[in-house]
Amino acid sequence: MELIQKHPILEFHHGKEVTFTFDGKDMKGFEGEPIAMALHANDVRIYRVTPEMKRPRGFFCAIGKCSSCFMVVDGVPNVRTCVTPLEAGMKVETQHGKGQVPLEAK
Amino acid sequence: MGCTCNSNDKEKLFCSGVLVENRPGAILPPQEAWEKKKGGYVVIECPQRIPCNPCATSCPTGAVKPFADINDVPSIDYEKCTGCGLCVAKCPGLACFVVDLTYGADEAVIKLPYELEPKPAKGQKVKCLNRTGEEVSEGEIYTVTEPLKDQTTVVSVVIPKKLVGEIRAIKVVC
Amino acid sequence: MKKTIETDLLVVGGGAAGLCAAAEAAGAGAKVTVIESDLHPGGQLVKQTHKFFGSKDEYAGTRGYKIADILLDEIKSLGDRVDIRTNTTVTGYYPEEGIFTAMKGEDEYYRIKAKKTVVATGAQERLIPFPNNDLPGVYGAGAVQTLMNVYGVVPGKKVLMVGAGNIGLIVSYQLRQAGVEIAAVVEAMPKIGGYWVHAAKIRRLGIPILLRHTIVEAVGGKVIEGAVIQELDDKFQLIGEPKKIDCDVICMAVGLTPTTELFWQAGAKMQYCPQLCGHVPFRDNTMRTSNPDIWVAGDASGIEEASAAMVEGRIAGFSAAKALGCKVNEISFKEYWTRLDHLRAGEVGEKIRGGICQVLVDGWEA
Repeated sequence: MELIQKHPILEFHHGKEVTFTFDGKDMKGFEGEPIAMALHANDVRIYRVTPEMKRPRGFFCAIGKCSSCFMVVDGVPNVRTCVTPLEAGMKVETQHGKGQVPLEAK
Repeated sequence: MGCTCNSNDKEKLFCSGVLVENRPGAILPPQEAWEKKKGGYVVIECPQRIPCNPCATSCPTGAVKPFADINDVPSIDYEKCTGCGLCVAKCPGLACFVVDLTYGADEAVIKLPYELEPKPAKGQKVKCLNRTGEEVSEGEIYTVTEPLKDQTTVVSVVIPKKLVGEIRAIKVVC
Repeated sequence: MKKTIETDLLVVGGGAAGLCAAAEAAGAGAKVTVIESDLHPGGQLVKQTHKFFGSKDEYAGTRGYKIADILLDEIKSLGDRVDIRTNTTVTGYYPEEGIFTAMKGEDEYYRIKAKKTVVATGAQERLIPFPNNDLPGVYGAGAVQTLMNVYGVVPGKKVLMVGAGNIGLIVSYQLRQAGVEIAAVVEAMPKIGGYWVHAAKIRRLGIPILLRHTIVEAVGGKVIEGAVIQELDDKFQLIGEPKKIDCDVICMAVGLTPTTELFWQAGAKMQYCPQLCGHVPFRDNTMRTSNPDIWVAGDASGIEEASAAMVEGRIAGFSAAKALGCKVNEISFKEYWTRLDHLRAGEVGEKIRGGICQVLVDGWEA
């Protein structure tokens, strides 16, 4: 993971390391930290593909206001991955277009 | 900021954060007294009026004169300056330095703030940078302290005396 | 899950302004609920590794993230009067019923019935138009700060910073502290917009600040691989030759815009104010909007700075508490305004003063 090893001012206290999947691939991240952070640390930059022009999108504002980082998480689309905490075993997928809202909750 | 920003090179540099000449808030100490002052004098490079005054409120002797208005630029009473360097550690803009011209015939010591990794160690040789980040000489680390225990390191570097008006940063190479 | 929470004072946004409003109101005896959409309170404060400016009252010389801790400690000392709910977003305001709706995570919804509300929703990064500005790798400066200062993730290898206001200059320095290289800072204006000392400290490290330059396009297939910059003349027309810059992150620090949806939904009287960087609500000197139950504080009232946001939060919290019938000390109100005026008194405050006078009313009828 691409984490900052030594910082002149800050000390980072990460929570528990957990495994999740991104498009079927196993990855590691820290529980309770935003999904987008875990993806970025694993060098994943593309989170979704737009409906009309098929443009790749990643994150932009990181505070849940811009919609660039929407992904499908555990079957639910349009999840703001920049403010949604990672849980062990989460299934994170690239969102294509507007996504399909599941008829039943997870 | 007080710059006209026509195509004059000096003004262009100043408008992008490079001091090119003395101005209020950014002056050198009086030369004669400076050459004799053991411990050095403070050199502040803060020429812009902004709402900020920790240099004055942290100075234990009042050498950085108390501000009448929080937007004032700093001004110095050299009689009171002991070269303690507390302002170097306190200034949020990293704009305070202490320069001691009495170290040697051709050498001076500059205290500057440092907040990067890797941290230098006493005796280590470092590159000395001018205000545009160009390497202009080598220097040797004299002391490394953290006076306010707040991750701002104050580094004393032995540098060529003729470059005291230029050197304002260091590059630590491992 | 239908649920309604009732509270004296709702504070929407747990950043610098919101926390100050909560602390002030709770200090006067109000029961306060703070709703914060991020996973932790503190807003932009928690990303700031640099020491703040201002005076002692605004914690000058203290690093931003420590100021967040100081405010949270103050709130903690008030016992259980303040309930801070993170990972929760206020999704709307329904003026007929005077109800806010909120969403926790992805599936817990409830309603909030508050006697009074301070909306301190802050701001959002702007973007300027250039080809490929939507590719992954074009990030807001605040986003880059979140990555490296909150979660310790390396944002990229080489960054082009667009904008030399305070945010562009400060984040460039922070990137260097995180070990990331800056290819250049480009600024379309003939001089930097931020404090001179912020520019000086990055120039000393060899980071170029290219004035009268702009980004013409971002280069990349699926992600950012580079950028093209070019010089501008004094009429902002492109001159000279385009220059290719290698970078994998293009950091946008071209300004913020206030987040004001809730004010629109509340029917508050709004105005477009360029000096305050967007549409903002009209307010009186207690920071109350035209809606008698809603106050504003912080960047949502106009883009300014953290120190001003904190004082505005105190003023709004004080005034909302007073409107709730809590006992307040009028001397504090005067002191807060004195501090705010001082912060805005200098040359750098001229723009703000020009903006505020367009949206400050003497009082409301109701």
